[in-house]
Amino acid sequence: MSKTDEKTGIIYKINGPVIQLKQDVGFAMNEMVYVGKERLVGEVIGLSVDSTTIQVYEETTGIRPGETVIGTGAPVTVTLAPGILKNIFDGIERPLSEIAKTGGAYINRGVNVDSLDTEKKWHTHMTVEEGSMVTGGTVIAEVPETPAIVHKVMVPPGKEGRVLQVVPDGGYTIQDTLMVLELPDGTKEPLTMVQKWPIRQARPVARRCPADQPLVTGQRILDTLFPLAKGGTAAIPGGFGTGKTMTQHQIAKWSDANIIIYIGCGERGNEMTQVLEEFGELIDPKTGNPLMDRTTLIANTSNMPVAAREASLYSGLTLAEYYRDMGYHVAIMADSTSRWAEALRELSGRLEEMPAEEGFPAYLASRLSAFYERAGMMENLNGTMGSVTIIGAVSPQGGDFSEPVTQNTKRFVRCFWGLDKSLAYARHFPAISWLTSYSEYLSDLRAWYSEHVDRKFVENRNQIVSLLSQESSLMEIVKLIGSDVLPDDQKLILEIAKVIRTGFLQQNAFHKEDTCVPMEKQFKMMEIILYLYQKSRALISMGMPMSVLKEDPIFDKVIAIKYDVPNDQLHLLEDYKIQIDRFYDDVVERNG
Amino acid sequence: MAIEYLGLNAINGPMAVLEGVRGAAYDEIVEMVTDDGKKKLGRIIEVSEDRAVIQVFAGTEGLALRGVHTRLTGHPMELGVSGEMLGRTFNGIGIPIDGLGEIIPEKMLDVNGKPLNPVTREYPRNYIRTGISAIDGLMTLIRGQKLPIFSGNGLPHDQLAAQIVQQASLGDEDSGEEFAIVFAAMGVKHDVADFFRRTFEESGVSSHVAMFVNLANDPVVERLITPKVALTLAEYLAFEKGMHILVILTDMTSFAEAMREVSSSKGEIPSRKGYPGYLYSEFAAIYERAGIVQGVNGSVTQIPILTMPNDDITHPIPDLTGYITEGQIVLDRSLNGQSVYPPINVLPSLSRLMKDGIGEGFTRGDHQSVANQLFSCYAKVGDARALASVIGEDELSPLDKKYLKFGREFERRFVGQDPYDNRNIIQTLNIGWELLRLLPREELDRIDTKILDQYYKEESV
Repeated sequence: MSKTDEKTGIIYKINGPVIQLKQDVGFAMNEMVYVGKERLVGEVIGLSVDSTTIQVYEETTGIRPGETVIGTGAPVTVTLAPGILKNIFDGIERPLSEIAKTGGAYINRGVNVDSLDTEKKWHTHMTVEEGSMVTGGTVIAEVPETPAIVHKVMVPPGKEGRVLQVVPDGGYTIQDTLMVLELPDGTKEPLTMVQKWPIRQARPVARRCPADQPLVTGQRILDTLFPLAKGGTAAIPGGFGTGKTMTQHQIAKWSDANIIIYIGCGERGNEMTQVLEEFGELIDPKTGNPLMDRTTLIANTSNMPVAAREASLYSGLTLAEYYRDMGYHVAIMADSTSRWAEALRELSGRLEEMPAEEGFPAYLASRLSAFYERAGMMENLNGTMGSVTIIGAVSPQGGDFSEPVTQNTKRFVRCFWGLDKSLAYARHFPAISWLTSYSEYLSDLRAWYSEHVDRKFVENRNQIVSLLSQESSLMEIVKLIGSDVLPDDQKLILEIAKVIRTGFLQQNAFHKEDTCVPMEKQFKMMEIILYLYQKSRALISMGMPMSVLKEDPIFDKVIAIKYDVPNDQLHLLEDYKIQIDRFYDDVVERNG
Repeated sequence: MAIEYLGLNAINGPMAVLEGVRGAAYDEIVEMVTDDGKKKLGRIIEVSEDRAVIQVFAGTEGLALRGVHTRLTGHPMELGVSGEMLGRTFNGIGIPIDGLGEIIPEKMLDVNGKPLNPVTREYPRNYIRTGISAIDGLMTLIRGQKLPIFSGNGLPHDQLAAQIVQQASLGDEDSGEEFAIVFAAMGVKHDVADFFRRTFEESGVSSHVAMFVNLANDPVVERLITPKVALTLAEYLAFEKGMHILVILTDMTSFAEAMREVSSSKGEIPSRKGYPGYLYSEFAAIYERAGIVQGVNGSVTQIPILTMPNDDITHPIPDLTGYITEGQIVLDRSLNGQSVYPPINVLPSLSRLMKDGIGEGFTRGDHQSVANQLFSCYAKVGDARALASVIGEDELSPLDKKYLKFGREFERRFVGQDPYDNRNIIQTLNIGWELLRLLPREELDRIDTKILDQYYKEESV
């Protein structure tokens, strides 16, 4: 980024966020540029001999042809150093709280602020010694970034050599030199806490590993029915009002990832405010610290410039990969990938590219796959294990899953949590349809479940799913002739399925005990429901009618387990099996 | 600065092309004066080195290539705002049309506005009592929210919006807070604009209303600016004058149609149903201007009205709106056919901000549970009705019959209400409980046992 041989161009044409320069002035593809007098941030997206196309990350109102564009010589990058957590950034890593300090309530254009606080002195503990050899990824210092997370300062990928000088432990800013590295060719390079990394390029790893640990979310329908692995990819498609954002919030709050990157991409401003407020107050049950201590927000609300919306997903992903390199498990909430796809479409339209399906550019699928493929459970360059899990919300047009974004996303994710409008209308939340959703991770995670929860876990889970699918085919008949004419064993299936639906799948995010449920309780609830089914079926096969069984309040009691048994008093669950036995004996005695 | 360009190089639909310009900026406003002294405003929508494409607000009728004087103003579209604008009527680009003279601006503001920084927003929590059971009970309106009405042609959305305005502004127990209405009409029929004007007058609020009116036969291009002009005034009154502003935008469908018309004459590549790819961004730029700012007294609450083409909620206009707004109130033709007023179809309706603005300390502790249960039971009514239409009502199980009765009563007594009936929240919730008591207690699976104990047994009055 030398200032001496700055390349510049002259603006020729402006059309919304896209500007054109006459002829090629030597900019590189994806190079970051400053546009016009206000120095708006832009990126080169098209080059030909006689024109250069640039997308501008801010409103272009007031820009005139003839103004200059200055190249930076580097692609659009994010700054990586302590101070990322607990922060809220826009799509190109500008801290919104700093922007608010200078610009007030509104976001002004051309604001030039540092991504991270350069004044703050971090308490630094050095972990390398003079004379030792280091390579890309080696941890050179540890900084307690928040009470929950230790930030590990690493040698940037691609650099290696011998440590010449190391500063003593103490307070340093992110720009202070921590050590001097002697590269193999003998040049000396001072290292600070800061790394810059281009957002569109994946950070290198040593090796990709199989994803065999679940991301435990505390949400029953996810953990039990359609589990997601750490390092996996999931999509949550749903029309408006079906609860995409709510599901993302629940996962961001309660999942056992170390770090959450929440990307609000083209969504509502109030929602970001809500996350900021709520996560600052809520306490992470695992660490006892506020949830915000492990969270970074990237907010590019729907009324913020469209080009930055397109970049926000990549910025978030790069931050996630950086923390993965330290050996953390990171989960990304991308809400919503459809807005990102629409930003692509909008820009593509401005570039007058030939549209493919529904006006989306033909490269939609390859961009989506490139995004999701950056997830994974990885062995990092420094030998630690870390993962990036991507959970992308999809907002299909008209709630119709056959549209291009949903369909292409489906090809690249292995976990599909389809939200259902009719469940949402009946206020059954989470409104994840058990009929259309799937998880390909189930078989990969089977071993983990046997070892950490119970050997019977997957078997029970399959039984629950089978009962639900039997219910759905029975409902076809019920819709035509009513449930009264069904034989009693089928009535029982409907009844048990109702217990599963309301007592197990439905989960109240606003209830203190129900909002996050440990695996053990999830498993035992399944056990009790299946035990109730087994005993009731025995009664039915003895000729007892369903109406007699229903006289006992046991069904409602089982439904209420989720509220009645606190998460820290799971021994209370033992009592339910006894009650079911008593119910069985009662029915036999009274009608036998 | 004041160079004037004589003549134009091309006119195509609402667009004029001027060549040989120097120093024109993107989004800049130009003034055009025709031979006979008529003044028109235009906006530069595409600019290259020496060529500017100008969108003419008042339409290009009467413009000739020769003889037009065009002057660059050097700034984007601005509105001179003032507290005095309340009680006045303007055209679609903010010029007074009530014959009461010019406005003396206190400040000039860019109508495009700027995005509110999420960090400085305050999460909305104060509920607005509309006095309409279906809304207060099931999709509570919150101050600072954007809650659109999805309607169809011939449905009483105007009446509903007018009722909300009347009842929310009057009968508010909070004192000392200033309340005002900004009304923006885009491409509406003359009768509709008149209906609102009359209603504001009759209810005595017209001195607190600023009306921006672009009628169906007014220039289409002006329509694209109308909501922005109206919201610029709303933001000024709310965030600089500390007033609580309710903005009614009707009809967003005409706004979107205007955008499609202009986009197609610009020769842009269409995306869905011919609408431009930036429809979502344009909608967002309007809807996201609702909200509350930290440390400021006022608020902007939006009630946009849109008519769903062919009653289709999946049409791009309602669809994209629903993804931006914080819920929606959906009107239903079949309820309207049964003379239920307001014909709100509660199942697809929703208020996203409701959960944080109701309950203990806001409305009543049981509010959320009652709402959930009513939604859930009413969803089952649909199943029972479907079954009844196949096997006949007589063949239904006793429980299904109870659901049918619940459904009828719910539509008649809870959703349906007199246009002048202003119910408080306690009345609304009590009606809810009366309806829930029509069903056996074990059917009420969304309500905590404690709340059921407290309210279910209570005899109805």
